[in-house]
Amino acid sequence: MAMLSFEQKYRVRGGTLVGGDLFDFWIGPFWVGFFGITTAFFTFLGTALILYGAAIGGTWNPWLINIAPPDLKYGLGFAPMREGGLWQVITICALGAFVSWTLRQAEISRKLGMGYHIPIAYSVAVFAYFSLVVIRPVLMGAWGHGFPYGIFSHLDWVSNVGYQHLHFHYNPAHMIAVTFFFTTVLALSLHGALVLSALNPPRGEPVKTSEHENTFFRDLIGYSIGTLGIHRLGLFVALSAGFWSAVCIIISGPFWTRGWPEWWSWWANLPVGR
Amino acid sequence: MSLVIKAAAAAAALLAGGALLTTFEAPPVETVQLGFRGLAMEQVYNPRFLARDEAANIVPAVIPKVGAAGPKAGAIYRNVQVLGELSVTEFARTMAALTTWVAPAQGCNYCHNPENMASDEVYTKVVSRRMLQMVARINAEWKPHVQETGVTCYTCHRGNPVPAAAWSQITTPPRTAGLSGGTAGQNLASPAVGLSSLPYDPFTPFLAQGETPANIRVVARDHLAGRPNPGTKETEWTYGLMIHMSTSLGVNCTACHNSRAFSRWEQSTPQRTNAWHGIRMVRDLNLNYITPLAPIFAAHPNGPASGPVSARVGPEGDPLKVNCSTCHQGVNKPLLGVSMLRDYPELNAVRDQGAPPPIRQ
Repeated sequence: MAMLSFEQKYRVRGGTLVGGDLFDFWIGPFWVGFFGITTAFFTFLGTALILYGAAIGGTWNPWLINIAPPDLKYGLGFAPMREGGLWQVITICALGAFVSWTLRQAEISRKLGMGYHIPIAYSVAVFAYFSLVVIRPVLMGAWGHGFPYGIFSHLDWVSNVGYQHLHFHYNPAHMIAVTFFFTTVLALSLHGALVLSALNPPRGEPVKTSEHENTFFRDLIGYSIGTLGIHRLGLFVALSAGFWSAVCIIISGPFWTRGWPEWWSWWANLPVGR
Repeated sequence: MSLVIKAAAAAAALLAGGALLTTFEAPPVETVQLGFRGLAMEQVYNPRFLARDEAANIVPAVIPKVGAAGPKAGAIYRNVQVLGELSVTEFARTMAALTTWVAPAQGCNYCHNPENMASDEVYTKVVSRRMLQMVARINAEWKPHVQETGVTCYTCHRGNPVPAAAWSQITTPPRTAGLSGGTAGQNLASPAVGLSSLPYDPFTPFLAQGETPANIRVVARDHLAGRPNPGTKETEWTYGLMIHMSTSLGVNCTACHNSRAFSRWEQSTPQRTNAWHGIRMVRDLNLNYITPLAPIFAAHPNGPASGPVSARVGPEGDPLKVNCSTCHQGVNKPLLGVSMLRDYPELNAVRDQGAPPPIRQ
């Protein structure tokens, strides 16, 4: 693959966290690195195990393939491969691949002299997955509380976990997470509309600059966060959405066993406004 | 912002956050798997609450059994209408049991005129007779719900003249007309619906509405099933009733339903069948046993003249009625599944249930 004219200057040696310059080379456009190797290893192994699980699972219908966690009776121990052990190994592979990828992002950030924004942002998504398959199952005492790997089956799991608490919309962290998700979408749509409007003026008018963008929002809401600030804000609301999603599932079960509407009794029982 | 204000704000936030943490429970939890692994059909319990439930469901000591010795009660005593087939010894044992179950503090005179035990002048005696018929009805006709465990007076009464968990119609605050609107029977954080905003009296339409109870099923069986289709409001009534069932039994929705398809029987647990019969049973009890007593309760809205004042009717004047919590009182099997009926077979001696055959549809 041909190298782009500007690409040469990004091919910087060093910056690795592990392995020194052993894996510090490129294959075509791709930098390898130690964590590139581990990512590839876990990815191929995990994917192969998923295919194996599908093969012994009785269906190749992509909607219905289901690799389920063990029965609760196995607790936090290992289960036989065909009774959830496969799920356990695939989970290890997934976490190995995700963590490797995060660290690879950190190494590339170091090579490029950037901040760690990208690995930190990505690690929030990994944390959400880790919450679902490790933190909550450990707190509840069985790997069987993890979610199954399958398109329909994981949706069934989501629905049933929600109804374990009668009405999940009353989960306070779920409320915060949903609000952050919607805010993320709102901010992204406002930002996208602003940039596209500035860069695509009507025929005959010049392309607008960031001063126009600032002025537009100062006129509209009295404040403009600015061209750099909007990306910081976007990062904050997006990561908050993922973080509070993780919180909302960790507290469901380990820290609250009843219906979520009932949690709000503390509010109804406040000695004010009664 | 000055440093002082910042520090005060930080301290207040910490304090509020710490206080909020105390509103949660803490691990460990106990879980029971109800479906295929990974399906998340499971019950989640806090073991501290389980200990509380066990303490609250201790069954009273059994009164020693007596043989069927002596003549029949109906031949010895006057005005024995439903327990006349019992021997006098069994009859005395049953009366003693009833007293400890329903009016332990008040004693025999809660229902009887001590000068004339046969008299029906104390209204509670008339009610008790009807309740004995109701118990017989439940144990004979509603085995699909109560199984062989059956019920006794104690299942609901637990030593109280009026069962602790009962309901009556709530129509307040009334719905007003026009833009000012009203609460539309919801948004009160009512314990009846687990403190949710759902309609707070789902019992009147579903459990006490005569021949035509509202339809609990809101999922259409066919595409384009015709109008009027159940809408959001009807669905919320059903949701309110279901939350009542869950909180009354101390279980979550997955005890009966696989939530991927609430309406599908073939994906539900066997418990849903039991609950289906339970709903019909409660309708039967409210319509055929409680509501016919309405004039008597209305005449004694605060109980007998001798006894402690406690309401027999709701704010709308209708008698206090039965719902799931009346028997279950927070556990999935009333009294944690102990069959008191087994120790008191005398209760099955009532042959005349005094009501038309139950409706099972």
